[in-house]
Formats: sequence, structure tokens, C-alpha cells
Amino acid sequence: MKKLLKTTTSVLAGLTLSFSVMAAGGGALDHANTDINDQKSLQNGASLFMNYCSGCHSIEFMRYNRIGKDLNISDADVEKDLMFSGDKIGNPITSSMSKEGAEKWFGTTPPDLSLVSRSKGVDWIYTYLRGFYKDDTRPFGVNNKILINASMPDVLWELKQNKSAEDFDQDVRDITNFLDYVGEPAKLVRVDLGYKVLGFLFVLFILSYLLKKEYWKDVKYGKWRAKD
Amino acid sequence: MDNNKSWIDQRFPLTKVWNEHLAEYYTPRNFNFWYFFGSLAMLVLVMQIVTGIFLTMHFKPDAANAFASVEYIMRDVDWGWLIRYLHSTGASAFFIVIYLHMYRGLLYGSYKAPRELIWILGMVLYIALMAEAFMGYVLPWGQMSYWGAQVIISLFGSVPFIGPDLLVWILGDYAVGDPALNRFFSLHVIALPLILVVLVFLHIVALHTVGSNNPDGVEIKKNKDKDGIPKDGIPFHPYYSVKDIVGVVVFLMIFSAVVFFAPAMNGYFLEHANFVEANPLKTPDHIAPLWYLTPFYSVLRAIPPMFGSQFPGVVGMFAALLILLALPWLDRSKVKSIRYRSWPYKVALGIFVVSFIILGWLGMQPVTPVNALLARIFTAAYFGFFILMPWFTSIGKTKEVPARVTEK
Amino acid sequence: MSGQEIDLKKRRFLTNATSVVGAVGVGFVAWPFLSSWMPSARAKAAGAPVDVDISKLESGQLVRVLWRKKPVWIFRRDAATLSDLKTLDSELTDPNNQEDQQPAYAKNTHRSIKAEVAVIVGVCTHLGCSPTYRPELGAADLGGDAWKGGFYCPCHGSKFDLAGRVYAGAPAPTNLIVPPYHFVSDSLIRIGIDPKAS
Repeated sequence: MKKLLKTTTSVLAGLTLSFSVMAAGGGALDHANTDINDQKSLQNGASLFMNYCSGCHSIEFMRYNRIGKDLNISDADVEKDLMFSGDKIGNPITSSMSKEGAEKWFGTTPPDLSLVSRSKGVDWIYTYLRGFYKDDTRPFGVNNKILINASMPDVLWELKQNKSAEDFDQDVRDITNFLDYVGEPAKLVRVDLGYKVLGFLFVLFILSYLLKKEYWKDVKYGKWRAKD
Repeated sequence: MDNNKSWIDQRFPLTKVWNEHLAEYYTPRNFNFWYFFGSLAMLVLVMQIVTGIFLTMHFKPDAANAFASVEYIMRDVDWGWLIRYLHSTGASAFFIVIYLHMYRGLLYGSYKAPRELIWILGMVLYIALMAEAFMGYVLPWGQMSYWGAQVIISLFGSVPFIGPDLLVWILGDYAVGDPALNRFFSLHVIALPLILVVLVFLHIVALHTVGSNNPDGVEIKKNKDKDGIPKDGIPFHPYYSVKDIVGVVVFLMIFSAVVFFAPAMNGYFLEHANFVEANPLKTPDHIAPLWYLTPFYSVLRAIPPMFGSQFPGVVGMFAALLILLALPWLDRSKVKSIRYRSWPYKVALGIFVVSFIILGWLGMQPVTPVNALLARIFTAAYFGFFILMPWFTSIGKTKEVPARVTEK
Repeated sequence: MSGQEIDLKKRRFLTNATSVVGAVGVGFVAWPFLSSWMPSARAKAAGAPVDVDISKLESGQLVRVLWRKKPVWIFRRDAATLSDLKTLDSELTDPNNQEDQQPAYAKNTHRSIKAEVAVIVGVCTHLGCSPTYRPELGAADLGGDAWKGGFYCPCHGSKFDLAGRVYAGAPAPTNLIVPPYHFVSDSLIRIGIDPKAS
């Protein structure tokens, strides 16, 4: 009971004093400039993600066939190009790495990336993936400028070396774009639907406004008036 | 039986209710913009109930599955994303509408005699709505859900003597966990909605007993024609029903724009950290309640611990809510509407509104020495509005209230 | 017009127009809510085609698999059973599969693609119980010598033969359902997809 009291007090003390420790690292983020309606970019991002990221990172709230349907890739192509683990096409995208193995190799479990675009934002992902630099004091020989002491190797180094800076940035942008889509697949349809809904409501607004004006003539011109 | 009545009317007072509350319910003819928010609050209540019923069909109130079940709704359930966004946006919309509705009450003195009970029922509704919203926010079981619940429920632990036991009783465990999630779910989907619906019913019964106030603060019932119809009244139906439909459509346009174009409202309606599953081992870097609770959260943080206890802050926070109930008796002014009030009231109301907004903003910010000082100043201003009200409402010169409502 | 006259026609038109457009709106809003009751992506993935290896299935043996949360029976019939099936016609409600309870490619006496291998959804067409496999000839409780093996529903006593055809006089109205399926290879059946569609 005493311990509980102590916990309570410390939570409350924390509450009154400060929750102000801002995100570690910090520094300004580069603008990702992604376009969720760019299907080519999403397709390239999906393929890069499955090649370079999915070995360690799952996107467990996403299903293979959903990606196929949303990004206009046939089931056969999804099975050929995007699936490696002999999984079923309707299954969620889990990583092939075991938890124990991950703990051993990286000292931590690589996080699921289904919602990383919603919790961190696209600019963060873009900046992070471009933010690796050489640092021999780290286990993988690299460090990151916004997630200091990240326990992830620079998996894209091969791309960075073999491509022009612009092409590399575009690849990173495509992966970021893909993760933005993965964070909220409904984003592909909701904006378009929104315009239609607003259009419909606008028609209803005109009608209801005319109706109101028509009825309120009674009030304005005294057709409805209590008898004096 | 009366053979002139229809089959239903012989058995149920349908026509009578229709007439008493719509077709022959006389409403002041001079309602303005501010009078839309009552019917809008009703609309949002219905929307929340309907979307809530459908979300409940897919949600799992289980600490191990809750977070994933929300993502299941967002992705796997046909149109689940829309139902969820309608509900989450509806929560914030509810408070926007309610705050504007309450502000209308302050502008035109709608809480003054004979409408004290309407105001009190409304304030109880407001408090119940906050509880409803808080518990709803716990359900997605993200980091903010979890740590927000941890912090708010810890407040009960500061109650002298019984606090720690009370805390364990509320949680059904030694920390926020599955039992808390499960009971909050029950309260959120059954108990509080029932209470809200009953209170709304009572709120409207009380309103229809005394009739609506209006921007002039004139009692229209004092001026009746020979048939007993208020001279400044018009039947609610069709005049205000068609007018409220326009209000509803405009509201829906704004609401849809948020739902479809910015459902997270950049972290104000759905917080970024709540897209990370609850983790009892790691507190997010910065936690704050959702925007509609932050003014009171600021009050809590503004009051320093005394005698090694946080309890005074908790008392202060609840006092900030409960003092609203006393409003009808604190206001000594003879006039209701801001249009005819003396200048000290207008100034005080302005300061109060600004204080409330700033407290809300501060509640979202990290505590710094400057912010802490500001929070104390504006907390003082908040309470000052109520404590000094008997004084500033009885000084200054009020304008003469006309006998009849004014036309624009 | 002075604008002071009440134009009842206009008023009625606007009332109707607003009501109709409003009702259409309510219809639009109802759609997502009703759709949310359809099988979700998860349910669809769980209802995906099921593969069954029949290389070890012996004559008379029956295996059960779940397809779309329903039991599906796969069993092997010997030559004697297949010839028995032809003798039962007079005792059955629908011996020639007039009712649409099987895909076209299973509309035959043995109700299957390959005569000896039967694939049948094990859900009674009466009220949804799963009948029991009773292959033994002449079971005393099921009519003695006349019983050529089949299925017996414990809920309301419906009887089916070894092709899933219902016996006349049973509460079940129709034969058991044959699901879509095809042979991926001689020993592998995929339940849920028609032969031509694959």
C-alpha cells in the first residue's frame, strides 16, 4: 500500500512539475514532399519496403492483397514481387525475423511500422532514412542524426552508393510515401469522397436555405402574427 | 372514448405532444446564430450513439486486443474508417458545440430565473459528457489512452485517507490495465449514454416548461394576445425546424470537411502518440489530455501541492467545474442579455472567455516557469469571474430593456 | 409579385425537394453502416480456399476441414458404394440433383468431380447441424439392411446417402451442398475455387 501511495505521489508530482522532456534528438526535419495519389511512387515504395525493410520490420495491420488492390498490382504480381515468405495473399505482413533473434542482433525488437507515419509523421521518416552517417563507435558503424544511437543499420547504403543523390532521395520519398499509405489506407479514398459529400451537402444547403427563407416570409411580413 | 381522436391518440398523446412541443410551442422570434447550438448538440448526441453502436460491434474491450481491434476497424471492416472518424471527430465536435451553447447562456443570461434548473441540468450534462469523453478516449488503448488514464485516475489517489484504496477499487488492479479498460468500456457504452439521454430529456422538459430565453432577455410570456399566444412567439414548427435544418446542414459541411480532410486535426482530435500501442514501461515524451479537458487540467497544474499533497489541485479542478452550478445565484444583475448589461459585466465576461481559452492552451503545453505563472494568473481570473460576480453585476449602469423583442 | 404573398406551390415544392434530397442523404449515410456488417477483410482471408492432401485418404475414410468456418467432408468411396448409390434413387427426395445444391461439374450420381472422392459441406440443410458419418452397412438403428451407409443428423433425424443426397421423408428439404473445388494435382484438392477459375 505504501508503495502504491508513493507511485501515486510521484505520478502526481510529475504531473504538476513537468511533462516537458521533448523528443530526444530533435533538430529540424526535412520536408518529405510525398504525394499519396502518385501510384508509381507507392508501387516503387512497396517494392523497396519489401526488399529492404520487411526482413526485420512487420506491417502487421496490412494485408498483402490489400496492397495489391489499392496500388493496382495483380495478385499474381504481389505473390511474385512483394511476398517472400511463402505466406498467403490474404495474410497480414509479418516479418520473418524471430523476436529472440532480433534481441540478440540489435538489442531490441524492430518495431512494427504499420502506424509509424501516424505517430511520427512522414517528414520524420524521410529525414530519418536519409540521416545515417558514419560513426565507428556504433555496432553497425553508423549513427543517425535525428534518432541518436539508433540500433538500426543503414540498410539503404547500397542504394545510396549506386544512385545519384536525386534518385536516392526519390527512393526514400517513395518508401516514405508507401508508409504514409500503410498508416492509413483509407487516405486513398477519403479526400475524393469528401469533395462529393461536400458537393451533396451544398445542394442540400441551397434547398434548405430557400425553404427557410420561404417559410420565414410569414414572420417577416406578419402572416404569422399573434392577434393584438 | 373520444371518437374524434385518431386510433393512436386514443391510446397515446401523439398529437398532444406534437402540438405542445412543436407545432404550438411558441418560441421567441428573434433567435440569432447562437441559438443553433442546442439542436446541434442533440444532433451530435444521436450521431455519437449511432456510430458508437456500430463501433461496439467490432471493438474488443481487452487490453491485449483493443489497439489491434481499432486498426481492424480502420482497415479490415468495410467503411470502418469512416464510422470511426465520425465518432472521433464527433467527440470534439460535441464539445465545440457545447462550449458555444454554454457561451450563449452567458451572453444572454439564459441561466437566470426562471431558468436556473435548465442551467444546472445542463452543467450536470456537461460534467457527464466529460466523463464519457474521457472513458471513450481510453478505449483505443494507445499510449495517450493509457497514460492519460493513469494520470487522471491517479488524482483519486490523492484523496486524504482513502485515496490509495479508492484508486485500487477504481482500477480493479494495481495499475491501469485490462479491468479498468473493461469497466470503462461498460460505462462508456451503457451507463453514461443512458445518463446523458435522461439528462437531455430533463433539460428539454425544463426548457419547455419555462420557454426559451432570447437575445433580448425579454420574457415573451409576459405579453400574450387574447388567445394566450405570446405576441413575440412563433411556433417552433415549422419556423425553427426549417431554420435548424439550415444550421444542421452548415454544421455537417464543416464537420465533413474535418472528417474527410483532416480527421486527426493535426493531433488535436486524434493525438499522434495514440497511434502507438499502450506500453506500461514507457511514458510518452509529452502527455496532455485532449483539448476539451485542458482548461481544467491547467487549473489542476496551477495549484501547487500543499502539505505534501496534490489534493488541493484536485479540489481546485473540481471546484472549477462545480462553481458553474452556482452561476444563477451569483449573478445579481436585473437584466439578462449582454445587450443591456453594464460595462463591468462585459469586461468581466471578456476576461473570463480569454482566460478559459488561454487555460485550455496552457493545458496542452509543457510546464515551464512562465507557463506555470500564466496558469496561476488565469486560474485566478477564472475563479475571480465567479467570486466577484455578485459585485460586478450590481455596479454600473444597465440599459433599459424593451418590453418586446427587437427586430433586426 | 410583391414578395409578401405566400406562394404555396413554391413552398410545397421546396419542402418536397429538401425532403427528397435529405432522404437520399440519409440513404447514403446508411450505406457505410450496413456495409460494415459484411465479412471483413479478416473474415475473407480466413475464408480463403483451403488445400487438402488426399494422398493418404483410404477407402471409406473421411476427413473434415474447416472452410469459411464450416465443416467440409472429404471421403473416399469404393466401387461397391458407388454402385449402391444408383440403387437408392426411389428412396430419395432429389436423386437427380434438380435443386441447385452443387456446381454443374458435380451434377451427377456421385456428386463429385472424381467418382470415388466426395467433397461435401457437412451442414444439414434443415437447420444447420452437422450430420454424423455412418458408413456401416445395415446399421440397425438406421433401417437395418436398407441402410447403405451415409450420414445421420442427430438434431432432427435427417438421413443422407454417401453422395449427400437426402432421403425422402426427412425434415431436411434438399441435398447437402457440394462446395466449389478442384484438383490441383491427383492428391491435392483446393476447396473454394472452381476448376475453370483457377
